[in-house]
Amino acid sequence: MPFEVEEIYETASMILRQHLDIRTTTLGLNLKDCIDSDFGVFRKNVYDKVCSHAERLIAESARLERKYGIPVVNKRIAVTPVSLIMETHCEPEKFLEMAQTLDAAARDAGVDFIGGFGALVQKGLTRADSMLIDVLPDVLSQTERVCSFLNVGSFVSGMNLDAVNRIGPMLRQTASKSENAVGCAKFVVFVNAPEDNPFMAGAFHGVGEADAALNIGISGPGVVRSVVEQNRDCDLTRLSEVIKRTVFKITRAGELIGRELARSLDIGFGIVDISLASTTARGDSVAGVIEAFGIEKIGAHGSTLALALLMNAVKKGGAMASGNVGGLSGTFIPISEDSGMIDAVCAGALGLDKLEALTAVCSVGLDMFAVPGDTPEETLCAIIADELAIGVINNKTTAVRVIPVPGKKAGDLVQFGGLLGTAPVMHVNGFSSRDFLKRGGRLPASVTSMRN
Amino acid sequence: MPLRANKTFERKWKMLPMEKKKEMVFITVIGEDKKGIVATVATYLYHQNINIIDINQRIMPDGCFVMSMFVDVCDAAVNMEELSLGLEKIGRELAMSVQVQHENIFRMMHRI
Repeated sequence: MPFEVEEIYETASMILRQHLDIRTTTLGLNLKDCIDSDFGVFRKNVYDKVCSHAERLIAESARLERKYGIPVVNKRIAVTPVSLIMETHCEPEKFLEMAQTLDAAARDAGVDFIGGFGALVQKGLTRADSMLIDVLPDVLSQTERVCSFLNVGSFVSGMNLDAVNRIGPMLRQTASKSENAVGCAKFVVFVNAPEDNPFMAGAFHGVGEADAALNIGISGPGVVRSVVEQNRDCDLTRLSEVIKRTVFKITRAGELIGRELARSLDIGFGIVDISLASTTARGDSVAGVIEAFGIEKIGAHGSTLALALLMNAVKKGGAMASGNVGGLSGTFIPISEDSGMIDAVCAGALGLDKLEALTAVCSVGLDMFAVPGDTPEETLCAIIADELAIGVINNKTTAVRVIPVPGKKAGDLVQFGGLLGTAPVMHVNGFSSRDFLKRGGRLPASVTSMRN
Repeated sequence: MPLRANKTFERKWKMLPMEKKKEMVFITVIGEDKKGIVATVATYLYHQNINIIDINQRIMPDGCFVMSMFVDVCDAAVNMEELSLGLEKIGRELAMSVQVQHENIFRMMHRI
């Protein structure tokens, strides 16, 4: 036997008991070659391209799922930022129609989300970018599977506050148009957005990418928690070592599936994203890992150190396991999708301020959290701007996915259902920064951008 | 005079048996130890024309019984999907979990 029973049991336990899975196989597609002066033809080209690729992606993913006995949970499509391909069809109705085309293609092919209905506006907005933001409330409330993003800053160009100032009003409108404001869960605003991130809602196919690229997101907070629980008394160096070893193994599984899937689809293999991503299933929680470190509830003092250690160990283990580590690669701490995070907020251990501090050491940012529906637009913009400033100045990706739920106040619970989970509405600082945000303009890039 | 391969050599080369491509899979049965686990799985595999190369079993420190079979499925009468479904059914009858996995996943995860 080439492997010990212990090794086989370890892999089997990871999958059967600790929720190890390939969280997503996301196929990035270039849609620039679909553009046509006839909008009907353009839409047909987009529909056909997305459908044909998605169907093959699903079939091949299912085959590999069987071959290796590891679940491939989500199969998704990411496309070229839509504002780019719509430059010559710059009318609001056409933007909405394009969103509906993408939605129909995703639905017909059987993918749960299609990402890329967004724009790169870190330095300024084109007419198409501006129009895309205008139609987002309709797109997010009228389509089911279309995900949207905006990249409003980068460490070389600073942060576009004028774009950020458009987001608060847009989110309030989206919230009022969709039940429980769930449309807002499909929109994420970034700085330093990676072009090959396989995770929704922020996945898009970057302009520097080839015609098609396959990106894999692998997850396993349950696996990491299990190994931490087996090492109750070791010091931080040793703890980091055991996490690294475990993450190494799960990343290798992702690399194997990614390479084989890309080969069978006859496209280039993009990256493995080794983000620990929680689900609402008990035990599949990043907060659970932090608590297994010896912290009573995530949010307690010491949580930032714990998360920094976890993040660092995950990155190191992943980097040794694959030459194609990319995307966001780290640890997600969404509120509504993680049972431990929900418990911590409900127990009063974790507030928005500490959550922001936690995001300074981990990917990706303030994720899937609800705030009262009457939060002023400028306060929403300010929450976003604060989080994104951390990314611009520290040269890392940060993002915000905030859901202002109409009619709800701090302490209420909002059920989104399915993957999106349940969000306790968080308390927001009531003091205003309206006059500061009204200044608009661009946050100049940090001095570290001057490396040339 | 044109160059020609040695006739004897050519004949010998053609007669060499072609190395058959093996397709190695691990079948892992996990749960509580009971009678008939190996017999049931082995009988099923025999009927599907699958050759068992090696078997190993152990009680893990956590009390779990684990039986692992290393099998060659290159001549199997069923494909991977049918094999998994068939073994899942047997797993349900035995009240144990059964995993069917191509050996490459262990090679990737446990060997550098």
